[in-house]
Amino acid sequence: MTTDPVIEMQDVVAAYNGAAALTGVSLCVHAGECVALAGANGAGKTTLLTAVNGFAPLVSGTVRVLGMKPHGRNAVRVRRRVGYVAQTAPLDRRMPITLMESVMTGVYGRLGWRQRPSQDERARVLAMLEELQLSHLSERPLGHLSGGETRRAMIARCLAQQPEIMLLDEPTASLDKTSCAIIMNVMERTHCTAGTTILWVTHDLDALPPGCARLLRMQNGAIVADTGWPPA
Amino acid sequence: MFDWIQHAYLQNAVLAGFFSGALCGIVGVFLVTMQASFLGICIAHAAFAGALFGLFLGFNPMIGAIVFSLAAAAVIGPVADRGSLAPDAAIGILFSVMIGVAFLIMGMMPAGRPEALSLFWGAILTVSRGDIVLLALVLLLVTTLLIVFFRPLQVVVCHRSVAAAAGIPATLYFYGILCATGVSIAVSLPSVGGLLVYSLVINPAAAAYQLTYNFKLLLALAAAFGVISCWVGLSLSYLFDAPAGAAIVLTSAGIFAVACVISPKRRNRSWNAAPAKP
Repeated sequence: MTTDPVIEMQDVVAAYNGAAALTGVSLCVHAGECVALAGANGAGKTTLLTAVNGFAPLVSGTVRVLGMKPHGRNAVRVRRRVGYVAQTAPLDRRMPITLMESVMTGVYGRLGWRQRPSQDERARVLAMLEELQLSHLSERPLGHLSGGETRRAMIARCLAQQPEIMLLDEPTASLDKTSCAIIMNVMERTHCTAGTTILWVTHDLDALPPGCARLLRMQNGAIVADTGWPPA
Repeated sequence: MFDWIQHAYLQNAVLAGFFSGALCGIVGVFLVTMQASFLGICIAHAAFAGALFGLFLGFNPMIGAIVFSLAAAAVIGPVADRGSLAPDAAIGILFSVMIGVAFLIMGMMPAGRPEALSLFWGAILTVSRGDIVLLALVLLLVTTLLIVFFRPLQVVVCHRSVAAAAGIPATLYFYGILCATGVSIAVSLPSVGGLLVYSLVINPAAAAYQLTYNFKLLLALAAAFGVISCWVGLSLSYLFDAPAGAAIVLTSAGIFAVACVISPKRRNRSWNAAPAKP
């Protein structure tokens, strides 16, 4: 890769209530890369993702994302350009929000409060819902979707943001083959045609998008291996 | 039933009921959606304590109510976010402090001071023109902010973490909601009273929640239920010579009970089969 680095971490230490989750992680990811993060539960994969968008509680070290520190005043600016799909989205069945309204969250974040989404913007989101096979559910309350539909909805929300970097925390975990295939196709297209940088946390190395060319293995809050993927 | 409306002194009460009912209904939707009803109770007691503090020191109780409720909101927000203590425990501690302060001040006042008791129970029948103007202004402000920031507010109250991840300044909106709640409760205090105002915040919103998943409709229904609670409660109070605040709150509870019975959410299969828009 000869592109500019979009994520740079130097000796990053993060801790929750005094318990270290990242222990001196250094990492450089270039624009357009698709990087897989693997490791056992508690290895620090999710914390590493959230260090990128400024949610992780950093103790020391430096993080720069798209040339900015993802904390303090810059946090909102960075998050508008970095999409994040959490491992679990706590959903209340009674939430007064439809799938379409939830997906449009990504657009509102990028546009800010002053601008209204254009018709083209809505058409783009509808096309994306079609691609993720969610368009028939667009007016359904978000809390009434199945687990797989919810996961696809979260990815749709992230894509609606048109992010330069996508942080995906086990996006295909516990999904059926059909849902996995839909997500894979969309992510492959996003990576290959839009050139979006992707950090993909997984336990299943057989379920990585085809464009994924780098694998980071994590253990006890540290990166223990940084190799090409698939192995030669 | 409504012939009483011809009385000039009751017209103020009708206006106060309209503005405070709509205002409490709207802010109630935010609290109920965020599952933060207890927060409303805490702010209501802070407003009550502040009003008593103002009365005790001889300045306008409304200023004390607004300052205390905003201070409570300013404390609750960061404490709820910090995570070192469960938010409900932190709010519970603040609630107990506020109610302690309120009763301490009441105890230090000359016995039977009517202004203090009217703040406790509410005195919608003697509400002043100034209070009504203030209620109207706050309702106008809250409604305007709601229209301008409708989309991000909806997302923040439904799932704040997702909103924050999408680059929406969710914490700022959350604190804004808390401040709007504080001011709304404070200005509603003279009409409904510190003990009952949170019922008018929670009950209409909870009733509206039984009837729709549409956020706009939810806000409209909650505001309407708040106004209906005030007007029907006033009528019942007039007819049966009952305390107005209590009648209003019991009416709002009645609306909630009816909404529960007729709720389409009880038959939520029909919602699950909601057709897509063409």
